[in-house]
Amino acid sequence: MRIELVKRPQRSALFSMLSPFIAFALTVIAGALMFAVLGVNPAKALYAYFISPLTEVWQLHELAIKAAPLILIAVGLSVCFRANIWNIGAEGQFTAGAIAGSLLPVLYPGLQGAYLLPLMLLTGMIGGAAFASVPAFLKARFNTNEILTSLMLVYVSQLFLDWVVRGPWRDPMGYNFPQTVQFSRAARLPELLDSGRANLGFVFSIVAAVLIWLMMSRMLKGFEVRVMGSSPRAGRFAGFSMNRMVFFAFMLSGALAGLAGISEVSGSIGRLQPTISPGYGFAAIIVAFLGRLNPLGIIAAGLVLGLTYLGGEAAQSSLGVSDKLARVFQGMLLFFVLGCDTLIHYRIRIVGRAGPATGTLAAQEGAN
Amino acid sequence: MNSDQGAADLLQVRGLTKIFGSLKACDSIDLGIAKGEIHALLGENGAGKSTLVKMLFGSLEPHSGEILWNGQPVRIASPAFARKLGIGMVFQHFSLFEALTAAENIALSLNDGAPIGTIAAKARALSYSYGLPLDPEALVGDLSVGERQRIEIIRCLLQAPELIILDEPTSVLTPQEADKLFETLERLRAEGKSILYISHRLEEVKRICDRATVLRHGKVVGHCTPREETASSLARMMVGTEVRAVERMPAAGIDKAGPLLEIVNLTRKPATPFAIALKNINLSVRAGEVIGIAGVAGNGQGEFFEAVSGEVFQQDRASVRIGGREVGGLDITGRRLLGAAFVPEERLGHGAAPRMTLSENLLLSRHATDGSRFVGKGGLIKSRAIRDAAQRIIEIMDVRKNAPDPEAASLSGGNLQKFIVGRELDRNPSVMIVNQPTWGVDAGAAAHIRQALISLARKGSAVLVISQDLDELFEMSDAIAVMHDGGLSSPLPIAGATYEKIGLLMGGAEPGHAAAAHSTEAAEVA
Amino acid sequence: MDIWISILLTIATAATPLLIAATGELVAERAGVLNLGVEGMMIMGAVGGFGAGYLTGSPWIGVLAAIVIGVLFSLLFAFMTLTLATNQVATGLSLTILGLGLSGMLGTSFVGQPGVRLPNIDIPGLTSLPVVGKLVFGQDPIFYLSIVLVIAVAWFLFRSRTGLTMRAIGDSHGSAHALGIHVIRYRYLAVMFGGACAGLAGAHLSLVYTPQWVENMSAGRGWIALALVVFASWRPWRVLAGAYIFGAIWIGQLHVQAIDLSAFSNSSWLIYQPLALLKSLPSQFLSSLPYLATILVLVVISRNKRLTMMNTPASLAQPFVPER
Repeated sequence: MRIELVKRPQRSALFSMLSPFIAFALTVIAGALMFAVLGVNPAKALYAYFISPLTEVWQLHELAIKAAPLILIAVGLSVCFRANIWNIGAEGQFTAGAIAGSLLPVLYPGLQGAYLLPLMLLTGMIGGAAFASVPAFLKARFNTNEILTSLMLVYVSQLFLDWVVRGPWRDPMGYNFPQTVQFSRAARLPELLDSGRANLGFVFSIVAAVLIWLMMSRMLKGFEVRVMGSSPRAGRFAGFSMNRMVFFAFMLSGALAGLAGISEVSGSIGRLQPTISPGYGFAAIIVAFLGRLNPLGIIAAGLVLGLTYLGGEAAQSSLGVSDKLARVFQGMLLFFVLGCDTLIHYRIRIVGRAGPATGTLAAQEGAN
Repeated sequence: MNSDQGAADLLQVRGLTKIFGSLKACDSIDLGIAKGEIHALLGENGAGKSTLVKMLFGSLEPHSGEILWNGQPVRIASPAFARKLGIGMVFQHFSLFEALTAAENIALSLNDGAPIGTIAAKARALSYSYGLPLDPEALVGDLSVGERQRIEIIRCLLQAPELIILDEPTSVLTPQEADKLFETLERLRAEGKSILYISHRLEEVKRICDRATVLRHGKVVGHCTPREETASSLARMMVGTEVRAVERMPAAGIDKAGPLLEIVNLTRKPATPFAIALKNINLSVRAGEVIGIAGVAGNGQGEFFEAVSGEVFQQDRASVRIGGREVGGLDITGRRLLGAAFVPEERLGHGAAPRMTLSENLLLSRHATDGSRFVGKGGLIKSRAIRDAAQRIIEIMDVRKNAPDPEAASLSGGNLQKFIVGRELDRNPSVMIVNQPTWGVDAGAAAHIRQALISLARKGSAVLVISQDLDELFEMSDAIAVMHDGGLSSPLPIAGATYEKIGLLMGGAEPGHAAAAHSTEAAEVA
Repeated sequence: MDIWISILLTIATAATPLLIAATGELVAERAGVLNLGVEGMMIMGAVGGFGAGYLTGSPWIGVLAAIVIGVLFSLLFAFMTLTLATNQVATGLSLTILGLGLSGMLGTSFVGQPGVRLPNIDIPGLTSLPVVGKLVFGQDPIFYLSIVLVIAVAWFLFRSRTGLTMRAIGDSHGSAHALGIHVIRYRYLAVMFGGACAGLAGAHLSLVYTPQWVENMSAGRGWIALALVVFASWRPWRVLAGAYIFGAIWIGQLHVQAIDLSAFSNSSWLIYQPLALLKSLPSQFLSSLPYLATILVLVVISRNKRLTMMNTPASLAQPFVPER
């Protein structure tokens, strides 16, 4: 028995719609099996994981806090991936944005004006974009593989952050804890409602998603991205430049990741510390694919992935399973999404074992 | 006529059918090939010839039907099994590995596990005995198409096949190289081998084939003896209707017109390891004329097209001029804005983005030249206007499609080419450069495209056609230049051009000696 | 003198997992498959190897378990990319994400537990020889295996008929298919070999290098192995050279961080001054050296476009769906 793929003449609109849902369903089933293997009641575990984190209003706020950076980063990554440019260093750009955005509140803790927050966000975006421009430059100039360079820079950025908060920027009054001073009120992202901690970062993510959706579906720039990604040679024939596209995609996604970084620091954390992200930059890759690289789909996907973080924390406290479970769910989800995407372009045919090497063809009739 | 004499046939095919999705690529094909005959399989592009031979060679699985080998029913499950039976194949799009040597390429299709050195020695000996000299140590990526075909042929002969299938073998050869190939084939026939010869070139089928089977739309429409037919009767069988000849209207006043496209000392270093360097190319095309560039594939045509279109820049800004302007430093958009239009050789992935719709593909080459029409303020795309324009082109060029605005990849090659050419003609360009205008296009569409290009020229544009199809160039051009190894001969006015002269230049003869040199010897040099 | 020998020994220990993982990936890439899941397979090998060794007390069972887990994990990747023709880059990433998560979860109970160590070999008479004794005759078994592996892979790819077929598939899967070569089958084998090697490399980390389980202990080595393959332009011997250069950088920065500068006070300034300079840098800067060095060598090697194009398997990372 073997599995064969049969190309569809046109992409299947049905499976384009359904594939993320099938993938999610498969992930839940696989998760149930995994819980069973771990000796936990699957129904109870799935409830604890996927439902209980949504039962109270403050929890929805937490979901928005988790989803905001995921959506912001994933929206930028979707542009890269659409252009067939593989920025997998968003975690590093997130960190760079957080550091750059913290320049003002850390070095000038006295600043109080209304201009402070916008300036911080701006420097965060510039920091992320600048950090992303390194692999872009190396790819455009030297043809260096951007997957490896952008990833290596993640390690570099995290070590740099570690040095900054332990060294020059350490809070002198902080009892030697590796962290900067607490940001002043003016340097904090305002919360949206009184009912919970969700902050302006979530609004940024929705606005960014809508704007990028507009660009990708309605504007010449988005057309350029799609052409360069699907057939670069045709893109060159159209007069588009691959090198310019590399810079555009990297710096756009870097800026959004940087915005996510400074939003996280000035929003829910309030200061710089050695660890500021539970792997948002990598999880956002999953969000981008789960959202089928469509910015509006990414909003939904970001909420789902945010839920896996909350569920992981909830399951840890209520069932005593490892919080690493969230990573496992995320990895499985991406696997299933990619597998289901195959259905968009192919029909899957299961063929019985092939007959002996010789013999008549008559038996083969109507194999379809 | 022949399917009853089955018992004597080496290969018998009965009712062979292959279906792709909703398309019957081969519909109940009957075919018989006798020992020691050269059997032609004739048909237009898309008639099902390649699908049929892929089934015979075991790389495609038939849906139904029967194959008999020496009277015994067989199921050819893989190319390895086909080779074991005694079927060899020379592919049209060679199945070679560029990063490996000729000997390694040959070793890969032999199943005996002999050391590479032994295989190389055998290949060398066999290649000389058939007059197809070959260097087994050479990297395939460095070889010309003609040399690559030799590897394919020698690889096939080393397996001592009873039946050799050749898929469009002459489409990549000069006329002289083709002559050489025919000698080899005749010798193989004399040795008792059978040959299935696939072609759409009627003259050569008449010349070397004993019998022919004609396919149209996946069905056998007739069997015949080519020598008893005329080229036009064969063409009628193949196409089904009379193909209107292309009319080349007299070009009035070319002499007085200024050049719209000038190439002056154009030189280009190879961009990739296997690319061809362009050497000091000079050419000018005046308003009203069609200039053809002949040449065997891989002699720098692609590199030339890239340089002239502006997909790559020129250091010497004056080496390309459009309408008198030096454009070496302009990109393809800049050159389009000066009135030039381009149609590249590769349709899917170069001239069109396969997974995008026709209207998106219209925007592909015209987002800048028709900026205000198709793109609004702030870069918003005007989809309605684009769809309407695409619809108009579809009607004018008679593009057949299965959906209102289908993906480019879902169209047949001919229909997509009509759309791509129509997309550029729609702009009424003053300079039009087309690489392989009708490659893989059916006869009716090809005539349509050629006529449209001639008409464009006669209305006052300069048209440059690069093609490997000499018939096409003789049909369309006012003068033909030949590209060989990155150099370009000066154009021969059509009145004085012959297939032999052009063929010699294609083989690399010095332009000055072209007329004098003796044909076969000059081909040897190549 | 002794300090240099011990440095050389630790370099070999640091280079070995890189070498093994990169050699495995090289075979997969030669067959045209880009598996970015090396890090994930490696960390799974590490946790599986540690766990099996810890539970059974036998480091050899640990090694075996790591290889099996590496192969199983690579099969997941192979099924996705080869049978279902998914995007190799994205699938490889998900393999890494899954591996890091799963290993963290499985390893929770191993954290802080004493592991077993694969003993170094000891040949009476030879291992005790001065200088070369320990270097040549006294290392861990996987070290010797890694050298044999490079020789075997070099022979396999460039001398054997199956290796030729692998290279041919990597150059053009279309041509290979037309000749009747089972592209998918060969690629499955190549990917599984890569998985076995990554698993073994992981075992080396948790059973030799630091015989314990630490979460994320692969620390990007899988990615560096991927970079090594590019650096080596897909040639086994250059992978060997690259792995030792990286091993040296990795160990060098650790030694500099730990070194007592005064011990070198009467060395020549050629040694003392650079050491003093490096020592004055914050440790985080030294720790980032391997990653920065990776970027640097990638740039140096890919600048030469012609060389890269000549060597890169032409069908690398291209999905292949046979038409039947």
